[in-house]
Amino acid sequence: MLKPLVPVSRTARVALGIAFFALFFLAWGAATLGGFVNRTFLADPITMVASGWRLLVVHGFYVDIGVTVWRVVGGFVLAAAVGVPLGMAMGAYKSIEAFFEPFVSFARYLPASAFIPLLILWAGIGETQKLLVIFIGCFFQIVLMVAVSVGSTRRDLVEAAYTLGARASGIVRRVLLPSSAPDIAESLRLVLGWAWTYVIVAELIGASSGIGHMITDSQALLDTGQIIFGIVVIGVVGLVSDYLFKALNHRLFPWSLA
Amino acid sequence: MPTLAIEGLSRTFPGVRGGAPTRAIEPTSLRVADNDFLCLLGPSGCGKSTLLRMVAGLDQPTTGRVLLDGAPVTGPGADRGMVFQSYTLFPWLTVEENIGFGLRERALPSAERARIVAHYVERVGLRGFERHYPRMLSGGMQQRTALARALANDPKVLLLDEPFGALDHQTRALMQELLLGIWEADRKTVLFVTHDIDEAIFMANRVAVMTARPGRIKSDIAIELPHPRHYTVKTTPAFSEYKARLTDEIRVESIRAAEMGA
Repeated sequence: MLKPLVPVSRTARVALGIAFFALFFLAWGAATLGGFVNRTFLADPITMVASGWRLLVVHGFYVDIGVTVWRVVGGFVLAAAVGVPLGMAMGAYKSIEAFFEPFVSFARYLPASAFIPLLILWAGIGETQKLLVIFIGCFFQIVLMVAVSVGSTRRDLVEAAYTLGARASGIVRRVLLPSSAPDIAESLRLVLGWAWTYVIVAELIGASSGIGHMITDSQALLDTGQIIFGIVVIGVVGLVSDYLFKALNHRLFPWSLA
Repeated sequence: MPTLAIEGLSRTFPGVRGGAPTRAIEPTSLRVADNDFLCLLGPSGCGKSTLLRMVAGLDQPTTGRVLLDGAPVTGPGADRGMVFQSYTLFPWLTVEENIGFGLRERALPSAERARIVAHYVERVGLRGFERHYPRMLSGGMQQRTALARALANDPKVLLLDEPFGALDHQTRALMQELLLGIWEADRKTVLFVTHDIDEAIFMANRVAVMTARPGRIKSDIAIELPHPRHYTVKTTPAFSEYKARLTDEIRVESIRAAEMGA
C-alpha cells in the first residue's frame, strides 16, 4: 500500500532504485535486440558496452573523460570563487544588491551556449574558452542563489546576535555566513550539475578532446553505441560527483540535518 | 539613580497601503531601579513587546527616549541582554559556543571564556549537554541556554520577551523558579514581558499593567512577597489577593482588546 510521506527502509530504497535501472535496460534491450528499432539509429546495450570498452582500451577515452572533468571543475571553481563572495555581499548589503541584482538577473537568462561563437573569437578554441563557457553558465546562477540564501537569514538570529554585542562585521561573519552555508553548499551542488550540460555543449564546437568531442566524432561515424556510452559516462560521473558533494555537505554541516 | 529610564516613549507604525497609521504605544514613562525585577503585564497585542524591543534598541521609538545609566540608547548592545520568545539559539553552534557567543565577540581570551561558559552551563543545569547542537535539545533546554547566553555577557539589564511562552506548563514553572533563583542570588535588573498573571506575581517585585492598544501603563503595583520565594507561594492568600487585583485590571483590557478585534 502506498501511503503519503511514509519512509521506506534502506534496502527497499536501494532495491527499488536498481530495479528501475534494470527495467530501463531491459526495455532498451528488448526494443533494439528485438529488432523493433533500426540499429543505425539506436545501438543495443551490448554494442554500447563493447563500443565503450574499445573506446577506453584502444582509443584512450579515459583521457577525454579526465579533460572534461577538469574543465567542469575548473570553470565551476572559478565561478564559485568569484560568485560566492559577490552573492554574500549582495545578500548582506542591500545597496550592493540594488546595484548588481538587476544586471545579474538579466545576465542569468543569457544562454551560455550562445556565447560560444563570441568566446571562440575572443579566446580561441583552447582551454580558456571552455572554462569561460562554464564560468558564464555558472557564475550568475551562483551569485543569485547565494544572495537569496544569505538574504533570507532568520531575522531573529540577527537580532539575537545584536543584543549579544555583535557589530556589522560580526553579523556577517558569525551569523549570515554560517547560517546560510548549508544552503550555499546545496546551491553549488545544483549548479555543478548544470556545469555538466555546458561543458558538453562547449566541446561539441571547436574541441579536439573531451567527452563532447568524442560524441561529435561518433556522430560522423554513425556510431550510436559510442554516443550512448559517452552520455552514460557523463551520467555516472555526475552521479558520483553529486554523491561526493552530498557526503561533504553532511560532514561539514552536521547541525543542519533534521 | 535608576538603571533604566523610559521617557515619553511612543511608537506609531506607518499605515499599510495608505491605511491609517497604527499607534502601538502611547507616550510612556517608566523607571526600573537597580536590581528591580519588573514585569510588564498586558493583554496580547498591547505593545509590551514593542516597548521591550525599543529598550533593546531593536526598534526605534517615534517619540521619547530610553536612558541606561543616564546615557541614551541608540541601538542594540551587550549591556542589554535579551531572551526572545522564539528559539533564537544559533543552530550551527553547540550549547557552549552559543553561551560564549557574546564573549567571543568581545574577544575575551579563550581560558576566561571557557571559565564563564562553564559557570553558566552549571548555573542553568546543562552540564553534560555542552557539545549538543540546539536541534538536539528540548524547548526548555533551549531557553535555558538562551538565558545563559544572555547572562554570560553580564548585562546591566536583562530583557525577557515572554521567554517561557512556548513551553509546556510544567517546564514553564521550573524555568520561572530557575530565573527567580538566579535573580535572588545575583540581583540583576530585569525587565520581563508576559501576559501570564501568575508568572508576573511569582517572579516580580513590581508589576506594571499595560492597557490594550494603544498601550500605556495603567498601574504599577509592588509585589511584596518575601524572598526567597518557593513555588508554594502561589497558593498563599497574599498571592491570591494580588492575583484577584491583577486579573481585574487585565480583564478590562482584554475585553477592550477583543472588541477592537485584536
